[in-house]
Amino acid sequence: MRHLLSTRDLDRTTAVRILDIAEDMADVAQRAVPKLPTLRGKTVANLFFEDSTRTRLSFEAAAKRLSAEVITFSAKGSSVSKGESLKDTAQTIAAMGMDAVVLRHSASGAAATLAGSGWIDAAVVNAGDGTHEHPTQGLLDAYSIRKRLHGAASRGRDLDGVRVTIVGDIVHSRVARSNVWLLTTLGAEVSLVAPATLLPGAIDSWPVTASHDLDAAIAAKPDALMMLRVQAERMTSGFFPNEREYAREWGLSAERFARLDADTMVLHPGPMNRGLEISSAAADSARSVVLDQVTNGVSIRMAVLYLVLSGNDGTDA
Amino acid sequence: MAVRLVLQQADIQRALTRISHEILESNRGSDDLVLLGIPTRGVMLAERIAGIIGSLEQRDIPVGALDVTMYRDDLDRHPTRTPRPTRIPESGIDGRTVVLVDDVLYSGRTIRAALDAIGDLGRPRAVRLAALVDRGHRELPIRADFVGKNLPSAAAERVNVRLAEIDGEDAVEIDGGTEHPGGAA
Amino acid sequence: MTHLLITAATLLDGSRADLRVRDGVIVESGSGLAADGARVIDSDGLQALPGLVDLHTHLREPGSEQSETVLTGTRAAAAGGFTVVHAMANTQPVQDTAGVVEQVASLGAQHGYATVRPVGAVTVGLAGERLSEIGAMAGSRAAVRVFSDDGKCVSDALLLRRALEYVKTFDGVVAQHAQEPRLTEGAQMNEGALSSELGLAGWPAVAEESIIARDVLLAQHVGARLHICHVSTAGSVDIVRWAKARGIDVTAEVTPHHLLLTEQLAATYDPRYKVNPPLRREEDVLALRAALADGTIDVVATDHAPHPVEAKECAWPEAAVGMVGLESALAVVQESMVETGLLDWAGVARVLSTTPARIGRVAGYDAPLAVGSPANITLVDAAARGDFDLARLHGKSVNSPFLGRSLPGRVMAVVHDGRPTVLEGALLPTEEVATA
Repeated sequence: MRHLLSTRDLDRTTAVRILDIAEDMADVAQRAVPKLPTLRGKTVANLFFEDSTRTRLSFEAAAKRLSAEVITFSAKGSSVSKGESLKDTAQTIAAMGMDAVVLRHSASGAAATLAGSGWIDAAVVNAGDGTHEHPTQGLLDAYSIRKRLHGAASRGRDLDGVRVTIVGDIVHSRVARSNVWLLTTLGAEVSLVAPATLLPGAIDSWPVTASHDLDAAIAAKPDALMMLRVQAERMTSGFFPNEREYAREWGLSAERFARLDADTMVLHPGPMNRGLEISSAAADSARSVVLDQVTNGVSIRMAVLYLVLSGNDGTDA
Repeated sequence: MAVRLVLQQADIQRALTRISHEILESNRGSDDLVLLGIPTRGVMLAERIAGIIGSLEQRDIPVGALDVTMYRDDLDRHPTRTPRPTRIPESGIDGRTVVLVDDVLYSGRTIRAALDAIGDLGRPRAVRLAALVDRGHRELPIRADFVGKNLPSAAAERVNVRLAEIDGEDAVEIDGGTEHPGGAA
Repeated sequence: MTHLLITAATLLDGSRADLRVRDGVIVESGSGLAADGARVIDSDGLQALPGLVDLHTHLREPGSEQSETVLTGTRAAAAGGFTVVHAMANTQPVQDTAGVVEQVASLGAQHGYATVRPVGAVTVGLAGERLSEIGAMAGSRAAVRVFSDDGKCVSDALLLRRALEYVKTFDGVVAQHAQEPRLTEGAQMNEGALSSELGLAGWPAVAEESIIARDVLLAQHVGARLHICHVSTAGSVDIVRWAKARGIDVTAEVTPHHLLLTEQLAATYDPRYKVNPPLRREEDVLALRAALADGTIDVVATDHAPHPVEAKECAWPEAAVGMVGLESALAVVQESMVETGLLDWAGVARVLSTTPARIGRVAGYDAPLAVGSPANITLVDAAARGDFDLARLHGKSVNSPFLGRSLPGRVMAVVHDGRPTVLEGALLPTEEVATA
């Protein structure tokens, strides 16, 4: 794997392979020495044009567990906040001999542009580009769902027939996009629930079903319910009237959570707005996999860094 | 090029039986013994040896799998390898005698990686090495304690170990190899 | 003065003839004309067209000379077969006073590669608040007749109504950049399934169509001329067709890139394909071609929009919008309209010369290639085909979406007001062309 830019590029075999390698990585975390020498001598640059402490820490932990050197460039207080271009920053770190760039950027397509630009030679891992994709989040969500369903017998399995409902601001969500492509590639049936203003246009061209009624979605007893973060700026630009109405119609309140099927797991990519899209009753319940998602994120990112940084020709054995 | 059959099913069976006896002899019995096979075929050989020792000793011998992919020093020289699961027996390896089992011993780099992996997993009392075939060409100061068959070979040749569990039959062949430079690791 | 003899050129009706040019005028047409001391341009096998007229060019001078200047832009124009360009008003300072438009026009006249007709801003500073000095610009030596805030839409309905009425006073036309601003805040590409997938904010067709619908009704109401810049959607075509059927005095332009390229190119995230209005769907491209063929769309205009390399070497949402187009326009029209059988060469002359000249009130283009007309002539090797490469670009900027694409046709010679600017497929040197 040369780069990881989007889950749209992954076929089922590749996706299952990444999840399986992440299983091995998760095992490493349980050992006396939770560290592998695999990427000794490799250097990973975390290039964060947009703040995201959790994603950055997760990639840092992943790289360090594989013994790679990690250099982090964050927007705040660095030249990237002073208007330095993606190209200049990328070339600067390339000149320092980076083997991989983990890129978070507010512009959709930034990772694809960097990978295809010829400015640098390094592997590019998309850690979130605008409202396009966040492929490692999609992978860790798929991993978390598979793990919760199959436990120790997860290896080798896809998500055939698993029913996942994603709720909230789909149109602006890179997490939703990465999940839609990946989960459906893995065989899951994905449904989206949101007000019409927060569903993408031309949604009928997506491999999903879309609706507006969360109560009906809960009554349908999905295997997994993924609540997306609602951003305050969506309110001010008129995508919905106010928090109260959003929470009433599309929030996983304690009352709705009580109606949720006992086997339905609850996911949230974090950080959560408790009381808005998700209640504490749901977030802190045994059915919540929110903390598993964080743990699994490191394993997934280890698997991805391993795949883009090993091999001599960008192909797989 | 010609493919030469070196060991047949019965030869392999005899070699494993002999190795089993040698392990018991050198370990003075089966106490604290743990067998770790190196995927893929090393795991099958370890299970067979565990079976033989188990029936000789009338007890279950702990057997597991040790994947060394993440410890290799040649990841940049080949297409990306997919790691296999590592399974450590519940008994663990601390204070035990671990016998590593691989199908072909060649450069020694796989075993070097395995020793590093074991070091991250615990602290065995001793680590021994069993290989079905030793084809020479060592690049590191490593030797096997138990060898099924010494098989001097040219670097250009390829040694193929086939096992019934996945290949449908037991056999060891040497492939003339001019068409397949490199050979098995 | 220059004496030229163009021999054996194919005329618009398909016949072949020699054309004699003397003192800036086509003085004789026939076969076997004697050289008589003229500089001979052997045009055997070449298609003769009237000099091309672009209604929509960004020359960037004054203010953004790192992207283009009047000299480099008119060199690009000449290389593309153009003899007139309309220089859009979004310079710095804005072309909203007589002084600025006269300066731009006179720079063009000095350099000699093409006639530069400045476009005047409709509103002061393109701010969309109050009318600029339209009368002064119309009455200036630049004789401005086209007024546009291009780059920005005159979205205030009352202001546009006043502009339409006021411009009428001077026989001018308002060229509207039809883009409802609120519906396109942050817009990056055509809105649809692909924009949803790519996570790029959508530029919906309705943002263009709603403005065109409103504006044709306003033009009808006040009895004024209206020109629509860069029509890009099938729905816009329907509205323009409806308006023309009702007798509304509206004209419309389409860019070469909207005739050939689709939004699918955005999937590369290569900012060379970022343009405003954005590349649309295949069905829009086909509707635009049909509309150009049947006259619903009157002209092809390049919207030549040079940008420095750094403005395109970045992530898509951060990149500048626009493409250079002067050098590729004729080739793209040949590819999309002539090779497809939708237009013949007389049709090409209509959409790229006669009609844009009429809309811009440029004299001397109403009788193309006729004896007595000013000698503005473009000679094209229509049989040529090749990869469009950097060597074909002559402006300061290289943000062409056509680089690397195989295109037909090659401009071999251009005569501007009786003087050659391009011969044997190459631009003549600046000193030779300059008139000052």
